[in-house]
Amino acid sequence: MTNPLQDVLKSKVILIIGTNTTSNHPIIANYIYEAVQKHGAKLIVIDPRKIPLVGISHLWLRHKLGTDVALINGLMHVIIRENLQAQTYIDERTTGFEDLKACVAKYTPEYVSGITGVPAQDIVEVARLFATEGPGSILYAMGITQHISGTDNVKSLGALSMLCGYVGVNGGGVNPLRGQNNVQGACDMGGLPNVFTGYQAVTDSVAHDKFAKAWNVDNLSAKVGMTVTEMVPAAGKLIKALYIMGENPILSDADGHHVEKCLSALDFMVVQDIFLTETAKLADVVLPSTCFAEKDGTFSNTERKVLRVRKALDPPGEAWDDSRVISAIAERMGYPMNYADASAVMTEINALTPSYAGILYSRIENTGLVWPCPAPDHPGTPVLHTKAFTKGKGSFFAIEYRAPAELSDAEYPSLLTTGRVHQHYHTGTMTRKGSALNSLYPEPLAEINAEDAKILNISDGSYVHIISRRGRLKVKTSVSEMTDRGVVFMPFHFFEAAVNRLTNGALDPVSKIPEFKVCAVRIEKAA
Amino acid sequence: MSMVKFTIDGKEVVATESATILQAAKSAGIKIPTLCYHERLNPIGSCGLCIVEIDGNADAVSACSTPVMEGMIVNSHSDRLFRLRQESLKLLLVSHPLDCPICDKAGECQLQDLVFEYGIKDVECRAPRKSNNVLYATSLIKYWPQRCIACLRCVTACKEIKGIGALEMQSDPDGFNLLAVNPDVCVSCGECLQVCPTGALTENVSRIKGRAFQVKKVPTTCSYCGCGCQINLNILNNQVVSVTGRDDLGVNQGSLCVKGRFGYEFIASDQRLTKPLIKKDGIFKEASWDEALDLVAKTFTQIKNENGPDAIGGFTSARCTNEDNYLFQKFMRAVIGTNNVDHCARL
Repeated sequence: MTNPLQDVLKSKVILIIGTNTTSNHPIIANYIYEAVQKHGAKLIVIDPRKIPLVGISHLWLRHKLGTDVALINGLMHVIIRENLQAQTYIDERTTGFEDLKACVAKYTPEYVSGITGVPAQDIVEVARLFATEGPGSILYAMGITQHISGTDNVKSLGALSMLCGYVGVNGGGVNPLRGQNNVQGACDMGGLPNVFTGYQAVTDSVAHDKFAKAWNVDNLSAKVGMTVTEMVPAAGKLIKALYIMGENPILSDADGHHVEKCLSALDFMVVQDIFLTETAKLADVVLPSTCFAEKDGTFSNTERKVLRVRKALDPPGEAWDDSRVISAIAERMGYPMNYADASAVMTEINALTPSYAGILYSRIENTGLVWPCPAPDHPGTPVLHTKAFTKGKGSFFAIEYRAPAELSDAEYPSLLTTGRVHQHYHTGTMTRKGSALNSLYPEPLAEINAEDAKILNISDGSYVHIISRRGRLKVKTSVSEMTDRGVVFMPFHFFEAAVNRLTNGALDPVSKIPEFKVCAVRIEKAA
Repeated sequence: MSMVKFTIDGKEVVATESATILQAAKSAGIKIPTLCYHERLNPIGSCGLCIVEIDGNADAVSACSTPVMEGMIVNSHSDRLFRLRQESLKLLLVSHPLDCPICDKAGECQLQDLVFEYGIKDVECRAPRKSNNVLYATSLIKYWPQRCIACLRCVTACKEIKGIGALEMQSDPDGFNLLAVNPDVCVSCGECLQVCPTGALTENVSRIKGRAFQVKKVPTTCSYCGCGCQINLNILNNQVVSVTGRDDLGVNQGSLCVKGRFGYEFIASDQRLTKPLIKKDGIFKEASWDEALDLVAKTFTQIKNENGPDAIGGFTSARCTNEDNYLFQKFMRAVIGTNNVDHCARL
C-alpha cells in the first residue's frame, strides 16, 4: 500500500475494485464502514459480485469479469474529456500524459459499456465523483491481479490515481490489500527470483558484489531465476528438485491436475510444513516446522509496517523453527549459518537492505515501523511518493484492453471466478483443522445466480457438476444474487472440491500470475 | 480547530472545542470512572458512572457526552459523586449475580474492579432468572444473560464498528435485559466479546479456560491476512485458550475477524507434524532429524553437482517470518547457487 490502512478514514471518496474486503480484510472493511458512516466518505464499488460493501456504496459498477482495463480507461476518458484531471500535479510530477490521453480517447462511455456491461451513465457518474470529491483512495486485491492483464490493471489504477493527483497525499494512494500475513515481507526479503532483499536486482553488479561479499560466496548467480509458475511446469525437466517451505501449490496453483503431474515428475522434493498438506504427501522428505505462535520474528503487513511475532508456545514433538532447519541443511552442505536468534538475522537484513536499515528489534518492541526506514533514527515512511515519486516522475502508460484468455462459448457457456470466504483461509490447512470455523462454513459452496439456477432447474443447496477444459468437480450450490448471470463463484479452500483443478493456468506475461479470476465452465445438475 | 480553556479538579486545561469532558480529562491525565464508554463508539450514556459536577449546575452530568466549554469549572471527584457512583453500581448489581468465582472474566472484569474500588459489599440482589441457556448470534460465544448490565457496548460495536447490527437490547417478560440476536447476519467476529466489560459474553471455543491472572499474555501479530492485526495469545499450560485484540500500533484498534479471534485450534491440532518423515517405497516412515537432514543435504549436493544449481528450486513462504524468508533465499542463493526462489505472492 502507498498509504496506511487507517488512511481511508481521511478519504472523501473510496474506490474499491477487485476486493471483497469484508471477507478477506475484515479490519480494513471496518475502516471503510467508519469512513462512510461516520465521516461521510463516498464509496464506489467496482466488482462483478454483489459483495457486502455494495450495501453502503454510493455507486456500484458490476462489470464483466476481466474487463477492468476497459472500465478504468473509460473513467479516465470521462475525466479528461470533462477536464477534471489534476493538471498541475500531472505537469509537475508525471510523464506520458499525452500518450494516455491519446490511448483513452476511444474509450467513450458507450464503447466501454459495450465491453463491460456497465451502463454508460454510471461510468460518467463514477468518473466525476472520483475526480472531484478527493482525496480519493483506491483499494484493490487479487480481483485485479489474478488476470492475464493483471499488470495492466494495476498500472491503469495507478494512472487513474495520478490523473486525479491522489498519489502521495493523505487519504489517497493506490493500495493493494495483500492476502497473506507476510506476503509483503517475503517479497521484501528477496523471496523472488529477480531480487535480493529490498528489491535490489540480482542482475545489478553493485548489489551482486555486496551480497557476494557479505555472504562470503564467489559463485552467486547473476541470472534471474524462475517463478513458481515457471518452476512447476519445468519440474522433471529443467528442475530436478524442489524445496518447498510452507506452501501448498497442489491446492493453491491454477490447473491443479497439471501441478500434481509436474511435481510427481521431480527426482526429489522436500516439504517443510506444520501439516501433511496435499503437497507434502507427494514429497520424498517432510520436515516438521513451527507455526507463528511458536517462533520469534517479524511480519511486514500490507501497509509495509514491520511487526513483531513472539514465541508463545513450545512446538509440538520434534518440530523445529524454519530458520533452524534451513541453517542445519546449509551447515551439512558446508555453509554454516549461525545466528543467536531472530534479531541477529534482522541485524544482517539491516546491514544489507537500505529500506530496512533502521528497522531494529529495539525500535519495534512497542511500535510498528513502516519501511522505507533507511536509518536507526528515521521515523519510517507511512505514505509513499509524498514529494516526488520514488523513481522521480510517475509514468502514465497507454494500455489497451485485452480480453481474458478463456471466454465462454457454446461448450462452456458460463464463467468461473474464485476467491475466499471470510470463515476460511487459503487452502484451509489451518482453518479447517478446528471445530470453530468449520462449524460456521463446513463445506464448499458454489455461488450461482438465481436466474441461472432457474434455467438449470437447481435450487439452493442442490448439487452440480462444474466442468472446465481442465477438470470437473461436484459441489453444493448457494443460489443468490451475489454473482451476475452466467457467472459462478467458488472458494479455493476445499480439497474435496478443489476449484483450482478447473482454473486456467494462463499467465500475466510480466507478473506470471495465473488467471484465477476467469475461466470458462459448464454447469450440470448432479443426479 | 479552535481551543477552549477550562478547569478540572483545580487544574487549568486546554482542549479542542469538540472534545467531551471525558476526552479532555483523559488527555490531562485525570481518570474518570467509566463502564459503558468505549473510545471507538459514540457515547452510550447507559451506566451513569462518568458523572461530574459543573459549577453552576445543580445536577451532575455525564462526562462522556458533555462537551467542554470555555471557562467551565469541573469537579470529577467528590463525596457526592462517590455516593452517586456507588448507587449506580448497586443498581447494576441488582440484576448482576456476584458469581465471580465461576466467571471467565474474573480478574479482568471492569464491573468487578469498580465494585471493589467503590467498596460495595451488600446489595439486595434480585432472584436470578431461571435459565442461562439462551441462544446467541454465534456458537463461538457463550451468552450469560444474567450477567448482562445492559451497557449496550456490544449492540453499539456491532452497529458502529462492523456495520452489522446483529444485536438489539430488549427486556424479557420478567423485565430482565435480553439481547435479541440475528444469527443470519452475524459474522462471528467477536467484536461484542472484545468490548463486553463483564462476563456476559465469554469465549466458547477453547475447552480449557484460563482467567486473566492465570494466563500468560503474549503480544504478537495475527498470521492470517495481510492486515497484521495485533493480538494477545492467552496461554495456559502451553495451549492457546483465547485470542484478544490489541489496540496499539495503529493497526486494528482491538478489532479482529472470525479467523484471527477464533481460528487458533490448528495450533494444538493432533494432525500437526511432529517428526521428520522420509518416504520409502511410497510410504512415509518417521525418521530422526539427523537422518532426514543428511538425506536432504546429500541429495541437494548430488543434484547440484550433476545438473547444476539451476536444477534446484525453492518455494519460500508468505506465511513465514521475514527472518525465515531471508534465510531461505540466502540458502538458495549462497548455498545452492541459484535464483530459483519464489513464493505464493501470485496465488
